[in-house]
Amino acid sequence: MLTLNHIYVVAGIFLLYIAWQGWRDQGNPKRMTTAAFWGLLAVAFLFGDSIPPVYMGALAIVIGLLAAGGGLATGSYPVVSQQVREEKAALLKGRLFIPALMIPVFTLLGTVGLKHVTISGHALISSENTTVISLGLACIIAFVFALAMTRVKIADAIQSARSILDAIGWAAILPLLLAVLGGIFNKAGIGNVLAELLTTALPLQYPWVAVLAYGLGMVAFAMIMGNAFAAFPVLTIGIALPILVQQHGANPAPLAALGMLTGYCGTLMTPMAANYNIVPAALLELSNKNAVIHAQIMTALPLMACNIILMYWLIFL
Amino acid sequence: MNYWPLLGVLIIVIGFMKRWNPVLVVILAGATAGLAAGMSPAQLLTETGEGFTKNRYLAIFILTLPVLGALERSGLREQAQTWISSKKSLTAGHLLTLYLAVRQLTSALGLMSLGGQAQTVRPLLAPMVEGSAQAEHGSIGPKVREQLRAFSAATDNVGLFFGEDIFIAFGAVLLMQGIYADNGIALEPTEIALWGIPTAIAAFLIHSFRIRRFARKLGQAVKQENSATPGPC
Repeated sequence: MLTLNHIYVVAGIFLLYIAWQGWRDQGNPKRMTTAAFWGLLAVAFLFGDSIPPVYMGALAIVIGLLAAGGGLATGSYPVVSQQVREEKAALLKGRLFIPALMIPVFTLLGTVGLKHVTISGHALISSENTTVISLGLACIIAFVFALAMTRVKIADAIQSARSILDAIGWAAILPLLLAVLGGIFNKAGIGNVLAELLTTALPLQYPWVAVLAYGLGMVAFAMIMGNAFAAFPVLTIGIALPILVQQHGANPAPLAALGMLTGYCGTLMTPMAANYNIVPAALLELSNKNAVIHAQIMTALPLMACNIILMYWLIFL
Repeated sequence: MNYWPLLGVLIIVIGFMKRWNPVLVVILAGATAGLAAGMSPAQLLTETGEGFTKNRYLAIFILTLPVLGALERSGLREQAQTWISSKKSLTAGHLLTLYLAVRQLTSALGLMSLGGQAQTVRPLLAPMVEGSAQAEHGSIGPKVREQLRAFSAATDNVGLFFGEDIFIAFGAVLLMQGIYADNGIALEPTEIALWGIPTAIAAFLIHSFRIRRFARKLGQAVKQENSATPGPC
């Protein structure tokens, strides 16, 4: 059966190759630490499940410190001139889109279609994390297809991938570390403390105060934790259920939906949501790492106001 | 109640205001909150290791990069730009609005993986938006290019966030239902998901309005930047 671990092994081997190319990149002033960063990340992908968690934790901290301590730099990458690219594009034309489209389409087909496929009684892919497994498979298939079609050498394709990865740098591991931080915050009971502070400090006997506290609380929490999922249980159990539903008789269904969606507005405005806001800025090679957030703020703020007003209206309908 | 772990939140707020390296901020905040909550360093490391291992899937988007590498070496971006500039009626603004609508609708049907920053924005959407802006307004400078790219990324996020919540089998909807169920309120996922529709419409209206305004000012922004930096570069 194909599991997430198989995909991790592929990612690990890919990262090892990246580390090796980086190690040999004389154009990178920090080639040793850059290679160490990708190499250790490869170790985490290859052996993450067999290394005891304490050592994995230490490894994660080392990876983090390499990134935070300025150990990463960009190097020199064999490039293809604009002219050659245009010539190739003129030759391949629309066919170039096929491998690019294969990634989302195959991911989708895999997620929807492979879930229940069995081969002599064994499930083809694990029922957990089907999307990630499908994405991994789709990338592998698209890569083979792209190489065959464009006749680009594997090493060159990986070099290009390395130029993007080095540009992403620390942002590549930020989502992982943020997820870890969310877990630690949870264990430290931070959500409960904040919810308690909110409920004792605010006059929640007024419904509109409670609605504002819940809505703005979701935004603030989502901004601190990097996603609305972590904020939702804390504020719903802390404010929405006891105050709005039980005291003020709010309709729970729109309350939950609008609470969560108000939290999403916070997600659009925070660097803590690294995979949505910081990684794309790196992927698109933007000089300002907060450019995506800047582009989103003026959508997020009016929408937040809209959600809170909708909430106040719909839950008491 | 132990209030000391809040120091971790404080570090995050200060760190981002002072623009320290986010990775450093996150490590410091986690260590502070954990120690303040009475975790031992070994416990903290164990927690970190388990979390890091469990969440590796968040970095799996890197597997798309070799595909992009091979294709971009062969002129994928150039082809995207050529193709879009042959579609004269499809301006950058129309393209972004169309993408927003399609991303919201497909996400609402549960087809979240059909888009994404590494999967569609970098290889397809951003070059096409740049290409159509170029076809309309002439060659664009780095500043406008950044804005176009940032807007492309933002449009993917907005479309995803305010579409997926309408899909009944989506994690957030199930999370809401689960938490209510634990607290004695039984709801069907559809009851919750339907209430996402007003926000989805509002998100489309607000963001497409912003796209329109952005696209209107585009010609002026291109001119302004080009006159500020004379000569081709």
